[in-house]
Amino acid sequence: MSSWARLKGNRTVLVAGGALVLLAVLALLGPALSPYALDQLDWQHLAAPPGLTSGHWLGTDRLGRDLLVRTLEGVRVSLVIGVLATAVSVVIGVAWGATAGYLGGRTDEVMMRAVDVLNSLPYLFLVIVLTTLVGRGSVSVLLLAIGAIGWITMARIVRGQALSLRHREFIEAAVAAGGSSAHVLARHVVPNLAGVVVVYAALTLPQMVLFESFLSFLGLGVQEPLASLGSLVRDGAKDMQSALWMLLVPASVLIGLILCCNFLGDALRDALDPREY
Amino acid sequence: MHSTPANTEPGAAAAAPALELKQLSVGFPAQAGFTTVVYELSLAVRAGECLGVVGESGAGKSQAFLAAMGLAPRSAQVTGSVRLSGAELAREGGALRRVRGAELAMVFQDPMSSLTPHMRVGDQIAEVLVRHRGASWRAGRRRAQQLLERVHVGDAARRLRQYPFELSGGLRQRVMIAMALACDPVVLIADEPTTSLDVTIQAQILALLAELKHAGTLAIVLITHDLAVVAGLADRVAVLERGRLVELGATQQIFAAPVHPATRLLLRHAQVQAGRESRAPPPRGAPLLELKDLAVRFPLRAPAWRGRRFVTALSEVSLELAAGEALGIVGESGSGKSTLVRAILQLVRATAGEVIWLGHPLQQLSARALRALRRDLQIIFQDPLASLDPRMSVLEIIAEPLRLHRAQLTASERETAVLAMLARVGLPEELAQRYPHQLSGGQCQRVGIARAMILKPKLLVCDEPVSALDVATQAQVIELLAELRRESATALVIVSHNLALVRGLCDRVLVLYLGRVLELAATADLFAAPLHPYTRALLEAIPVPDPALQPARLATALAGELPSALSAPAGCVFHTRCAHAVMVCAHTLPPLEPGGEGRLIACHRWRELRDAHGATAVRTGYSS
Repeated sequence: MSSWARLKGNRTVLVAGGALVLLAVLALLGPALSPYALDQLDWQHLAAPPGLTSGHWLGTDRLGRDLLVRTLEGVRVSLVIGVLATAVSVVIGVAWGATAGYLGGRTDEVMMRAVDVLNSLPYLFLVIVLTTLVGRGSVSVLLLAIGAIGWITMARIVRGQALSLRHREFIEAAVAAGGSSAHVLARHVVPNLAGVVVVYAALTLPQMVLFESFLSFLGLGVQEPLASLGSLVRDGAKDMQSALWMLLVPASVLIGLILCCNFLGDALRDALDPREY
Repeated sequence: MHSTPANTEPGAAAAAPALELKQLSVGFPAQAGFTTVVYELSLAVRAGECLGVVGESGAGKSQAFLAAMGLAPRSAQVTGSVRLSGAELAREGGALRRVRGAELAMVFQDPMSSLTPHMRVGDQIAEVLVRHRGASWRAGRRRAQQLLERVHVGDAARRLRQYPFELSGGLRQRVMIAMALACDPVVLIADEPTTSLDVTIQAQILALLAELKHAGTLAIVLITHDLAVVAGLADRVAVLERGRLVELGATQQIFAAPVHPATRLLLRHAQVQAGRESRAPPPRGAPLLELKDLAVRFPLRAPAWRGRRFVTALSEVSLELAAGEALGIVGESGSGKSTLVRAILQLVRATAGEVIWLGHPLQQLSARALRALRRDLQIIFQDPLASLDPRMSVLEIIAEPLRLHRAQLTASERETAVLAMLARVGLPEELAQRYPHQLSGGQCQRVGIARAMILKPKLLVCDEPVSALDVATQAQVIELLAELRRESATALVIVSHNLALVRGLCDRVLVLYLGRVLELAATADLFAAPLHPYTRALLEAIPVPDPALQPARLATALAGELPSALSAPAGCVFHTRCAHAVMVCAHTLPPLEPGGEGRLIACHRWRELRDAHGATAVRTGYSS
């Protein structure tokens, strides 16, 4: 049975994947279809609870902004940042880890010590310094900060895999056939890492979303009037004693999003793990 | 044709057989209904007797006895009766568990995966006694030591405290046998017990099984695909084909007058293994490849304060290879065979000496120049599946050397060349789009050969080209290599512990031991009259499909194992196992000296030994 068939045969995948796709589509199209704009204030319904009568299905916040639109917007921002940060970490991590692992020896040692040094820096502190220097709310700085964390673990995992691939006979066969290191890396090592990379990327995505939300929750991330799930949860938390829905709506969406990503990642790992054959 | 069923053998009434299978059938639910892998098998074996169960892979021989032991997979459906010393054996549950491992013991092919990696050997043997006999751990360990001594494990007290990974393959198999003997079983089932071992160690294990059989209390079932293996041991042989018993008889009779075609085929395979010589005269000419005092050392991982330590894998190997010549490299595992070919191909860096290819020292070439030269130096590997990139189709795999060395070709020209090559190695065109895991072992090896041959290299190195394949496939791959050799002027270097393969394909043979050349001679000379005692021992260890010869050969098997390269003996590297060693062997390294007819030999005593042996050739099979 191919991994694709096994993936399709898994009900968790269908449910989690379907929910994820639905959420992504809603996040992309929803705000355009809604009568309310992201920063539109509705003075008639300040802090309105969820319901159909007010016209705000999921209620409004203290300023009368529609919570549904803001939550969908938050999903969009979180997903975009999560996906981009994952992509950044995959590209850097695979290139770094595969090179270190395949070449081995002194190169490997130098490259992996560099990773160790980066990993031992206090990240939050760095992010705070970075955001205050460049100015808060810059999405590119946010991406840089998040991606910079993600690739380190990716590089370690990829390096371990590449190290074990290095001694496989088909790699030796490619070297014996006259392939240069670059050729062997690009044609034989990286393609054979694909399974591990896909799985780990799928598990990195929710981490990235969560980390972005965490930064936004601390006020280091996306700034008003833009919203991400993290900043919405922060705003909601301020009013949780009087208006619990302001916290519950973005928080439950965030949890759902991350759960779906995790389920999908786990299922991918099961489907692609060659040891399961 | 069905021979006499076992239970009507004369004397069956006297005492119940140790193990008796009656109408045993094993089947599995399959996609389309139900597949039966063993059909109504009836066999019996009594104490002091060895029954050989022989058949090709997939004949159902293992399935039958796994089912008899209650070890068949859960999905299997087993019918029929299994009697142990006359009593019906329960199919499952606690009753079976008590019997299994105590009265009915099994030894498998791969002793590493049958031993628990994190437990000391002594504890694993003791555990059997604690479990089945309620012995104390102290008593268990004491008995474990006796058992190890019984299976001739030297230094048993120390071995008890070692972990499985610290032992060699032969020692692990001895430990498995000791464990199987722990509770004085009635029946010992040995499933391909020697298939993964060197010939010398195989002979030792078979000799041990013969000794256990002669003790008289144990019934042995020896399951194997190789008739030569049962020749020295079995009293009767059962031949299975596709789940059915097709022939059963006394060993002498099976070998002398096989009736069923399946038996004849197995016998033919055994003889192909045992002999058939390459008669081509060694071609001479300007050397293609020259090795000068080649040595390879690997650094050892050790604490920094102890200084850098090295293990020597190869010492002072010198050699000339002519264009079109076929050279065999033989020796036990750990002799440095693979290191030698990897050093030739510059896959491993030589620490001393030179590899000279057509007059150019390869080590001095730039990486780019070396890559360009590689089109003439190709290799095929031992594990055919592992040597193919799992993410590439057969077409892409075979086309890769073309991409690298003949970049001017268009994609369609490449495809044409690949399809032509596929036809040449006897594979259908449809295979081009498949992936390695969709192919059989033999097909994978053909793909590997096609990849290596597509650039028409001047030298093809084969590292154990057939040892991962089953017997029938082995013969086909050997035939293909012989054919390619006839058609092209490619020189071959064949590394193998299978002497028969080397004999069939090579002009000259190099015998390696602990990284040193012990003997180099033309194949015919080497097989007719081996001069070095080690060569002789290697040849004598090959099982021959002849029940009249084989028991005596087992009795004189080469003792001991290859010493660790970390503590290579002083003097002659072979003296610790040599039956003819004298004082001088222990301190002086014998020089590699010419022995006539282009032979080279490293032994202090080869002249006197040659005269003592006279012209007696080693019997390596029917052809000599």
